[in-house]
Amino acid sequence: MLAVENLHVSVGDTEIIKGVSLKINLGEVHAIMGRNGSGKSTLANVIMGHPAYEITSGEIKFKGTPIDEMEVFERARAGMFLSFQYPSSIPGVQVGTFLRKSVSAVRGDDAPSAREFRKELKMHMEALDMDKSFLSRYVNDGFSGGEKKRLEILQMLLLNPKLALLDETDSGLDIDALRVVADGINSITPNAGCLLITHYQRLLDHVKPDYVHVMIDGKIVKTGDAELATKLELRGYDWLEA
Amino acid sequence: MSGDTAREAVGDYRYGFHDPENATIRFDKGLSEQVVRDISKLKEEPEWMTEIRVKAYHRFMEMPMPSWGNCDMLNQIDFDAVTYFLRSSDRTEKDWDDVPDDIKNTFDRLGIPEAEQKWLGGVTAQYESEAVYHSIREDLEEQGVLFLDMDSGLKEYPEIVKKYFCSVIPASDNKFSALNTAVWSGGSFIYVPKGVHVEMPVQAYFRINAKNMGQFERTLIIADEGSSLHYVEGCTAPTYSTESLHSAVVELIAMEGAKIRYSTVQNWSANVYNLVTKRGIAHSNATIEWVDGNIGSKLTMKYPAVILKGEGAHAEVISVAYAGKGQHQDAGAKVHHLAPNTTSNILSKSISKNGGRSSYRGMLQVTPKANGCRSKVICDALMLDSDSQSDTYPTMEIGNSSADLEHEASVSKVSNDQLFYLMSRGHSEEEAMGMIVNGFFEPFTRELPMEYAVELNRLLELEMEGSIG
Repeated sequence: MLAVENLHVSVGDTEIIKGVSLKINLGEVHAIMGRNGSGKSTLANVIMGHPAYEITSGEIKFKGTPIDEMEVFERARAGMFLSFQYPSSIPGVQVGTFLRKSVSAVRGDDAPSAREFRKELKMHMEALDMDKSFLSRYVNDGFSGGEKKRLEILQMLLLNPKLALLDETDSGLDIDALRVVADGINSITPNAGCLLITHYQRLLDHVKPDYVHVMIDGKIVKTGDAELATKLELRGYDWLEA
Repeated sequence: MSGDTAREAVGDYRYGFHDPENATIRFDKGLSEQVVRDISKLKEEPEWMTEIRVKAYHRFMEMPMPSWGNCDMLNQIDFDAVTYFLRSSDRTEKDWDDVPDDIKNTFDRLGIPEAEQKWLGGVTAQYESEAVYHSIREDLEEQGVLFLDMDSGLKEYPEIVKKYFCSVIPASDNKFSALNTAVWSGGSFIYVPKGVHVEMPVQAYFRINAKNMGQFERTLIIADEGSSLHYVEGCTAPTYSTESLHSAVVELIAMEGAKIRYSTVQNWSANVYNLVTKRGIAHSNATIEWVDGNIGSKLTMKYPAVILKGEGAHAEVISVAYAGKGQHQDAGAKVHHLAPNTTSNILSKSISKNGGRSSYRGMLQVTPKANGCRSKVICDALMLDSDSQSDTYPTMEIGNSSADLEHEASVSKVSNDQLFYLMSRGHSEEEAMGMIVNGFFEPFTRELPMEYAVELNRLLELEMEGSIG
């Protein structure tokens, strides 16, 4: 689904990602763990096409095709999704309208009819324990951290991506919210690849990763299975830095 | 200018088409006392109106151009190149089928007859100088609501017109109110009797078709005690390479406890000067609301005003301005608190793009006698690129220290993070920009009748297309 090959990324003169390779197949959950500033979030943003970052060498392929020429919205329409660590607020744009427009933009010809859309929406909102009143609020405007993350997951469920990049989706969530969000992620993974970017083990108690990668200073220094996350929780990152 | 260059100059303006000019009466270009007298004579007006016109004409000639707004653009106006009166149809019809075909087709394309059937209580459609179509629902007529074009209003109710004409906006208020008073033609005349609530909005649509046309409609609305009315106004014109002039005067009178809401979306083509004076007087416990959208025109100078004359009166002015390439929207609001316990809210939102300029010009006055007044003014400007300009000229004259005043102003840019976020949800940059812009105007749009809101959103989305790169 996703193949990242020896990727180097800079902002201005500063190199942030220093040679990362990663392969995610359909149905696989990968977790990237690491300290703040290790380049984890940058990786997710670069894959989605954030214009602030420059790929200096290496390549990203999605479904076998290089995507460096693709615009952000084309990547979204091709089936990529990024759940933001800090989602932007869009004052004046109601959540309901935004979701409907996004679903029709991303799913194109396969977009549901108005009626089916309402049905899907109701189902997912119930699963995420979100009140109907969400729909008439403005996108992320005045939302609490937890509300923002739920809206991200709701969008993921509606947009039905083939690759979900989840950037610190667990931060700022209480235990109940974490479980709800995890259920959301688990519901799409059989049919999608998933990249979880996280500091903490706790999301991984609910979403079992097939691979755990440790990122330090722009590089993946170790890859293992779920056990690795447990080990990191106990021992920190220092032992990997030698 | 070829069609293509005109298009380039004004963007994708959907209403830029024009009909053949089939005038039944067309005055020669230019203005003189004789032109003013001829207009009055043609309309068989009473002597007193002719006198008001002639006096106003001389005031117009004497008065200097405003020294603010956009002097460069104002001084480009060639008053001798303007056609001051043009009659396209000999009668104002009550049935669209009787309106001349060309004109009817135009209003069909603008969706007016359709809107009338669906959600309006009455319609007047003005084409060039005069109304070509006018109707009011029977039930409103039965309740004694008067809704006529202004020329008919003067003919049928001269005593009401004489009493209120120029009572809110004297001819000498400014150069353009003087001009309008001299050469006015068309507009709406409305009287709502005591206690009558007009539930469905009534609409006026103003269309300029001819080149170098001057449209000078005059509107007078009187809402008697405890009554209410929502009046909606739309305006468009064809795209020409030469300028047209739209200079209206609108006077509102809200008697004790009455409520008038006046909603406008002006979408003139980018060759129209839109220099309009709008003002209302609110008596005790009355409310006047201006919902004022400025999307089109070359230069708009318009500051809907409310004089809060009676205790407990309330003013609401919600305005938006969109200034694209070559456009200057100099808009705002004026509220005069003359009586105790009067309240006002002003919300102004502006967007500038592609080198356009939008200015907020506001006046808030509280007189010494006006105890216990409250006012809140919010001005938000959104700039879509660094070539564009936004400025604010708020004036406050506060003569009473008991006034409770709030003023907030902000200037913002569309952030890359917002664009990236929306684009990651499958929206192109133009679509993302359109969503942000529509969201920014939402506090205004939600006040409009739904049909207008939908149209406005679509219009703004079109404005965002093909403009990013």
